Amino acid sequence: MPTAWEEILDLGTRRAAAPPPQAEEERRGVFRRLRESLSKSRRALAEEISASLFDRIDEQAWERLEEALILADAGVPTTAAVVERLEHEVEAGMVSADGEAVHERLIEILAEVASTGRGPIDLSGEPAVLLMVGVNGTGKTTTIGKIAWHLSKELGLSVVLAAADTYRAAAAEQLAEWAERADADLIRSVPGGDPGAVAFDAIEAARARGADVVIVDTAGRLHTQGNLMDELAKVRRVIGKQLPGAPHETLISIDATTGQNGLRQAKVFSDAVEVDGVVLTKLDGTAKGGIVLAIANELGIPVKLIGTGESLEDLRPFDPADFARALLSE
Amino acid sequence: MFDQLSDRLQETLSEVRSRGKLSEADVDAAMREIRLALLEADVNFKVVKSFTATLKERCLGSEVLGSLDPGQHVVKIVNEELTALMGGVSRDLTFAQSGPTVILMAGLQGSGKTTACAKLARHLGASGKDVALAACDVYRPAAVDQLVTVGEQAGAHVYEQGTDRDPVEIASWALDRAREEGRDALIVDTAGRLHVDEEMMAELVRIRKRTKPHDVLLVVDAMTGQDAVGVAESFAEAAEFDGVVMTKLDGDARGGAALSIKAVTGKPILFASTGEKLEAFDRFHPDRMASRILGMGDVLSLIEKAEQQVDERQALDLEEKLRRDQLTLEDFLQQMRQVRKMGPLSGLIGMLPGMGAAKQLKGAEVDEGELDRIEAIILSMTPGERANPGMINGSRRKRIASGSGAKVQHVNQLVKQFDQMRKLMRQMASGKMPDPQQLAQMAAGTPRPKMRRR
Repeated sequence: MPTAWEEILDLGTRRAAAPPPQAEEERRGVFRRLRESLSKSRRALAEEISASLFDRIDEQAWERLEEALILADAGVPTTAAVVERLEHEVEAGMVSADGEAVHERLIEILAEVASTGRGPIDLSGEPAVLLMVGVNGTGKTTTIGKIAWHLSKELGLSVVLAAADTYRAAAAEQLAEWAERADADLIRSVPGGDPGAVAFDAIEAARARGADVVIVDTAGRLHTQGNLMDELAKVRRVIGKQLPGAPHETLISIDATTGQNGLRQAKVFSDAVEVDGVVLTKLDGTAKGGIVLAIANELGIPVKLIGTGESLEDLRPFDPADFARALLSE
Repeated sequence: MFDQLSDRLQETLSEVRSRGKLSEADVDAAMREIRLALLEADVNFKVVKSFTATLKERCLGSEVLGSLDPGQHVVKIVNEELTALMGGVSRDLTFAQSGPTVILMAGLQGSGKTTACAKLARHLGASGKDVALAACDVYRPAAVDQLVTVGEQAGAHVYEQGTDRDPVEIASWALDRAREEGRDALIVDTAGRLHVDEEMMAELVRIRKRTKPHDVLLVVDAMTGQDAVGVAESFAEAAEFDGVVMTKLDGDARGGAALSIKAVTGKPILFASTGEKLEAFDRFHPDRMASRILGMGDVLSLIEKAEQQVDERQALDLEEKLRRDQLTLEDFLQQMRQVRKMGPLSGLIGMLPGMGAAKQLKGAEVDEGELDRIEAIILSMTPGERANPGMINGSRRKRIASGSGAKVQHVNQLVKQFDQMRKLMRQMASGKMPDPQQLAQMAAGTPRPKMRRR
C-alpha cells in the first residue's frame, strides 16, 4: 500500500474537514490516477524481475547492480555500502542464494536506507509554518502550489502563502496563480523587497485571520552563494522571532535529475536552515532520483513528498518500498 | 567549479609524478582514482568506462613509458583527452547570411532556459546585434512576464502574445515581426518539457520546422546526474539540437553530465552560464576548461575579460603614474572599479593558475560589501585629498568617516594601506622585487577583500 497523506501529515489537535461532497467525483479521479500509476510501476517491476539482475549470483551480478545504482544517481559511497551489505548477507547465508529472494532483500535494504530519519510533516503549530527552500529551478513554487491545494481543497485547511521570492522576475505572479487555484491567501511585496518582511507579514496575517498553515516560498539560490544563504538563515530567524518554534517544517526541493551535487545542496541548506525533509520533484521523467538515497544515507534527511507531474494531484507522500522498486526498473 | 575533480586528478597524478617511472599497476591505480572522481562528478557511467579505457591504453603506450617524466606525460594525456571529451575546439553560433539569425532554446523544466535566453540576448547585443526574444512558454505560470522583465534588462525586444495562443503560432508571428523590423537575431524561448512527453516534444518539432532555426540549443543544468545523456539523446532525436548551453556552472557542480552529452551525442557545449548576473555568460572553451579541471588555470579567459574592460589608454596612463610614483587614491578607485567590472572577484580567483590547488582559497568568498565601503570612503574625499592622501588629518578623517558611513578606523586603515601600496610600487618600479614578507604584511592589513571560508 502506498503511503497516504494522513500518514505523512501531523495536524496536531487540528481536525481535517471531511472533503466536501462535490469533491467526491474528483477524489475518485485521484484514486484512479494513483491506481493507474501503481499498476504501471507493478508492470515495470514484473518486467524487471524477468530481466533480473540476479539470474545468476556471481561477480557480474554485483557489477550489474553497482552499475544500476550508479546510473540511478545513488552515488559511489551509498552504492558501495548497499552492494557490500547484500553481498555479505548472501555469502553469510542470511539470504538464500535465489534470484528472487536476493532481489526482494535488495528492495528491503534500499527501502530501509530511504526510510532513514522518516517522520511526518509537522503541521501542528498554530499557525503551522512551512518553509520551502532549494536551488533555482527545482520546483519550489510549483510544489508549494500543490501542497496548498491539498491542504485547502482536500483537507479544508485555510492556507496563507508568502511570496518571499522577491528576486526572480514574476515569481510572485507565479505563486499568485497557484494561490488562486488553491483558494489560498497570498502575501507579497514589491520586487526586490525584503523576504524576511514578507514572511513576517504572512505570519501576522495568518494569526489575524486564524489561518491554519503558512507556506513561505523563497527565492531559488545556489548553495554556494554565501550571502544568499545568509539571507535565507535570516528569513528563518525572522520567522522564529515572530512565532517561537517556527518554522515547524523546512523542506528542500531536489530535482530528480540532480546528480551528486544534490548531496551538497542538502548539506549546505541544512547547515543554514535545518532542513527536515526533501521534496523529490520531477520524478515523471526517466531520472530515478537516486540521489535522495545518498542524502538519507549520508545526512539522515528523509524524503517526505514526491512530485510526479504538472497537475495538482501529482504530488504524493513518499513511499520507500515503491521508490526502491522504481529505482531498479529499466 | 570542477574543483573537486581537479583535486582528485592532481592528487592521483602527483603520486605518479613522484615515482618517475610508471608500472602497469601504477596506471591501474590512477585509472581507479580517475574513474571514481569522474563518477562523483556525474560523468555518465558508460562514458567513464570508455574514457578510462582510452586513457589507460595511451598511458601504457610507448609514448609514456619511454618519456623522461611519465607523470607529466600522463597529465598531458588526461588534459588532451578531457579536452576532446568536451568537444575539442570551441564552436560559435551559426549566423544567417541575411535576415534574422534564429536560435531556438529547448530543455527540461527548471534548467534555466528563460534566464539563458536573456543572457544570450545580452551576449549578442554586446557585439552590436539587435536582438529580439519570442515568448513561447505559454504553460508555466508567469513565464511570459519573466521573459519580458529579463529581456528588457538585457536590452532586447520581447515579442509576446500572452498565453492563449499556440506556441507554434507565436514563434512564427515573432519571426515575421523580426524580419519586418530588421532584427539581427531572434531567440525563441520555449516551455520546459520532459523528453518522454510525446505531445510536448511534437510541439517542439513543429516550432523547429516552422521557424527553421540556424541553431537549436539544448539548455542543460550543470548539476544534472546520470540521466542527462538519455535526456539529450531524446532531444537530439526530436529537436535535432546543435549545441548545449550549460547553466548554473557557478555552483560547485562538477558538470560531468553536460560533459558526457558531447561524448554521447557529439553535440558541443557552446556557452556556459556562470552566475546570477546577465553578464555571467561566456562562450565555452573545452581546452581552457580541461586546463582548469587539471588546475593549470584559465589565464586566457582572464586576459580576455581584462581586455574587454580595461581601457588601454587608461592603462598606459596608470603605468606612467606608477613609474613616477604619482599614484593617487582617485587612480586606486578607477582601478578597483575596472577590476570589479570583470565580475565577482571570487569568480576571477578560480581562473588563476595554481589557485585550484590553493586549498585556503577554496570556497573563499570576496566580500563585495567591503569593496563598496572602500569606494564610499574614497568618494567622500575631496579631489585634493584623493590626490594627496598625506593631507588627510584627524578632522578630515572624521568628516570622511561620517560622510561615507564608515568608522574612523576604516578610513585610517585605507590611508595606511594605500601608503604601503605606494611604497611597494616604488620598489617594483625601481626593479626590486618586493619582499614577500612585506607583501604578506600588506595582505594582512585591512581594508582588504575579506576572505571567508565556508
